[in-house]
Amino acid sequence: MLITEADIEKLATLARLEITEEERRALTPQIASIIAYVEQLNELDTSEVEPAIGGLTPEGERTPTMRDDEVRPSLGQKVALEEAPDPALGYFRVPKVL
Amino acid sequence: MSYLDCDLEELRQKIVSREVSAREIVARALDAAEKLNETLNAFLAIDRRGAEARAAELDQSLGKLPATGPLFGIPIAIKDNICVRGLQTSCGSRILGDYHPPYDATAIERLRAAGAVIIGKTNCDEFAMGSSNENSAYGPVRNPWDIERVPGGSSGGSAAAVAARIVPIALGSDTGGSVRQPAALCGIIGLKPTYGRISRYGLVAFGSSLDQIGIFGLRARDVAKVLSVIAGRDPHDATTADVAVPDYAAQLVPDAKGVRLGVPRALFGEGLDPEVRRAVEGAIEAYRDLGAEIVEVELPHAKYSIACYYIIATAEASSNLARYDGVRYGFRAEEADELIEMYRRTRDQGFGAEVKRRIMLGTFVLSSGYYEAYYRKAQQVRTLIREDFHRAFARCDAIITPTSPTPAFLLGEKTDDPLKMYLSDVYTCIVNLAGIPGISVPCGLSSSGLPIGMQLVSRHWDESTLLRLAHAYELAHPLTARPPVAANW
Repeated sequence: MLITEADIEKLATLARLEITEEERRALTPQIASIIAYVEQLNELDTSEVEPAIGGLTPEGERTPTMRDDEVRPSLGQKVALEEAPDPALGYFRVPKVL
Repeated sequence: MSYLDCDLEELRQKIVSREVSAREIVARALDAAEKLNETLNAFLAIDRRGAEARAAELDQSLGKLPATGPLFGIPIAIKDNICVRGLQTSCGSRILGDYHPPYDATAIERLRAAGAVIIGKTNCDEFAMGSSNENSAYGPVRNPWDIERVPGGSSGGSAAAVAARIVPIALGSDTGGSVRQPAALCGIIGLKPTYGRISRYGLVAFGSSLDQIGIFGLRARDVAKVLSVIAGRDPHDATTADVAVPDYAAQLVPDAKGVRLGVPRALFGEGLDPEVRRAVEGAIEAYRDLGAEIVEVELPHAKYSIACYYIIATAEASSNLARYDGVRYGFRAEEADELIEMYRRTRDQGFGAEVKRRIMLGTFVLSSGYYEAYYRKAQQVRTLIREDFHRAFARCDAIITPTSPTPAFLLGEKTDDPLKMYLSDVYTCIVNLAGIPGISVPCGLSSSGLPIGMQLVSRHWDESTLLRLAHAYELAHPLTARPPVAANW
């Protein structure tokens, strides 16, 4: 399919990326050529094929992963905030939302 | 005679018997790391203080504890996308920059418990996205065999650190070849185990259905030893499987008798460097001499693997990297008045070009109207690829291919064309799609003196066969040449 600079701008918005005009001009043909390349999958008839979801092996599928729902120690507020760029009063502070 | 001519068990014995102290061994690795880093840029952080303290603690514990761990006193390097408490985990990205995780990855916890000493964090392509290590925000790693060439990627720093004999062992991560390809380009062993073999808890996520922690080493026996330590079910990672972990090193035998080795001839054609082809064909003959039965196999959907891989990997990456938003950890752009603007500026300034490209591609293949045509289609092709291997493994026990279509390329050679770079993964990414284990083993040098690697892959959970084949080959055909940039402690 045809990829335009407007498509790239829309993707950047969806992906919460800000791109410069220069980046947009560079990305448009690059993304277009990669998409053209991956479209070779359309040569294959997959109408009868189940999609492989996740990467689990059959043994991985069979491994029980449920546990009892019980209280366990966690990082705690102090440690969890230590790497935050702008912590305040025990919270993550962000610029205004609206 | 250098200590690195010993395997890990011999080195451990020397430390445990007090022939040499853990402190001295660790100091030698630290000295080598510091000295060679100016040339190689393999380390993003070297933890002299922490490593020396830990080594001293181990020396003092001798004789007091009932047992010493299987990696007692062994210095090790860790790719900078695996969490080590107290050290940075930048993932080669500005967006995580000075991030210090508050916990250890499960693999790290197990290494520490076994007595290993972490000497530092290694450089890598940003978020493990790349095949040359040129996508690191902290500059490329250089190949110890030729510093004008790439070490491969994305775990280029770990591969270079082992190849340059700074450490005998290092961890990396492998989503589409990021352990095996740099191992090949640097002339060492690189193992990507079965999906679910090693816990991914504490490995920064890129493509969650493809990622595995992998092991670099100078010899198969060492890699086997480390795999036994870090493999196995972990309640912190629901995708680890409840499958027994053998003592891999104890299973090694020096031949290939009774092994049926599959050769997918169709993959030895277009795009393959003639010297690489000759080297791998030589290895096939060597395996015949070692007692293997050589059989022809087909992987009819292999030619679709890069297309399939780059849809699935970018889709998963775009979701996984949504968490870097400047709120809870890492970098935040300063000059933003409202939230969405803050997100966008943070991600614009924090991510490099390749990461942005993959986030955009992943966003595209998952977006409304295209999901069915691209992402679901790729998942269906992934099923076909898995079935190819299932059929092939009915006829053979392992499959041999080159690891990389060429030896190490020049820095800058492929940076202008992302698609050309992606084609470096032609032999490796199919293995992650199938979830099977793969190993790269050195199988010679090119006429210009660059290492060449062969890749062996086997059935789910059968790392034993890979390690055995690697061991048998390296005993019969050891790579005796050393890279020009190397320590020798």
